[in-house]
Amino acid sequence: MAKLKIEDLKKIKERVQAENALREGERRVKVTVHMGTCGIAAGAREVMNTLMSEIEEAGVSDVIVTTSGCMGLCSREPEVTVEILGKDPIVYEYMNPNKMRQVFKRHIMENEVQTPFVLAKGKEEQE
Amino acid sequence: MMELSMHVLDVVENSTRAGAQRVSIAVDEDRERDDLTIVITDDGAGMDSETLKKVLDPFYTSKTVRRVGLGLPMFSQAAKKADGSFSVESKAGEGTKVSAHFKHGHIDRQPLGDMANTMVTLIAGHPDVDFVYTHQCRGDNYILDTVEIKRELEDVPINNTSILQFIEEDIKKGLKEIGADH
Repeated sequence: MAKLKIEDLKKIKERVQAENALREGERRVKVTVHMGTCGIAAGAREVMNTLMSEIEEAGVSDVIVTTSGCMGLCSREPEVTVEILGKDPIVYEYMNPNKMRQVFKRHIMENEVQTPFVLAKGKEEQE
Repeated sequence: MMELSMHVLDVVENSTRAGAQRVSIAVDEDRERDDLTIVITDDGAGMDSETLKKVLDPFYTSKTVRRVGLGLPMFSQAAKKADGSFSVESKAGEGTKVSAHFKHGHIDRQPLGDMANTMVTLIAGHPDVDFVYTHQCRGDNYILDTVEIKRELEDVPINNTSILQFIEEDIKKGLKEIGADH
């Protein structure tokens, strides 16, 4: 039977604890990848992967990632919402790994909204 | 959707939206009987019998932002195309169980795809929900239980990218070891 190696997990846990001790753990940005049927079919999982590896590569701990459902604009999926603390949320449309990298580097890290990819400004409605 | 792991991601996203605290995902590959079974069980809000009758209708949805609901119908179609079967059982207030059977070697059976990635995406999006993923193949099995991982992690969040990377690698290795479909 294949099972998770607890010793390896412990090592990584200790590393993460040591890294976190050096940083202030405040949340600065919340990124939501829309993960409804439409989003998934359009490639949201791949966009999510890119976002996660960008975060890992940049070594930031103040960006949190979450998923949400469909907000009714299925034809414009994959959609990603970037909410920088104290600013209006920005919804990006037709996302792909390349655009995700650009949004991460410019918007999430440098505060420059990537206007050409923007679908809307403001909070999305669900259900 | 081109692979079964995408359907799993979709259905489990629904589970979390139904307020599930614990979702179990069981994949069973029985190559002798030429069968592939995927069962997803959650402890979410569940559905009453009237709603349950309509879930496989693509023109039924509980959402108001659009008028179609394709998640379950597409999963069901994928099963039927591979000479399989599909069922949804649910009780209001108790949870939902989705079962899909496929003929393993059927030419139209979608590949299982990247289950490791599906699990990591779910954990990243829903760190508070507990997921149990079991995969049986050729008498061998792989188990991932986030309850166990969270216990080990203590104050480190499970959705930390380093932890998620470790989990993804672990699932990939585990599935390879048991010779799972991909």
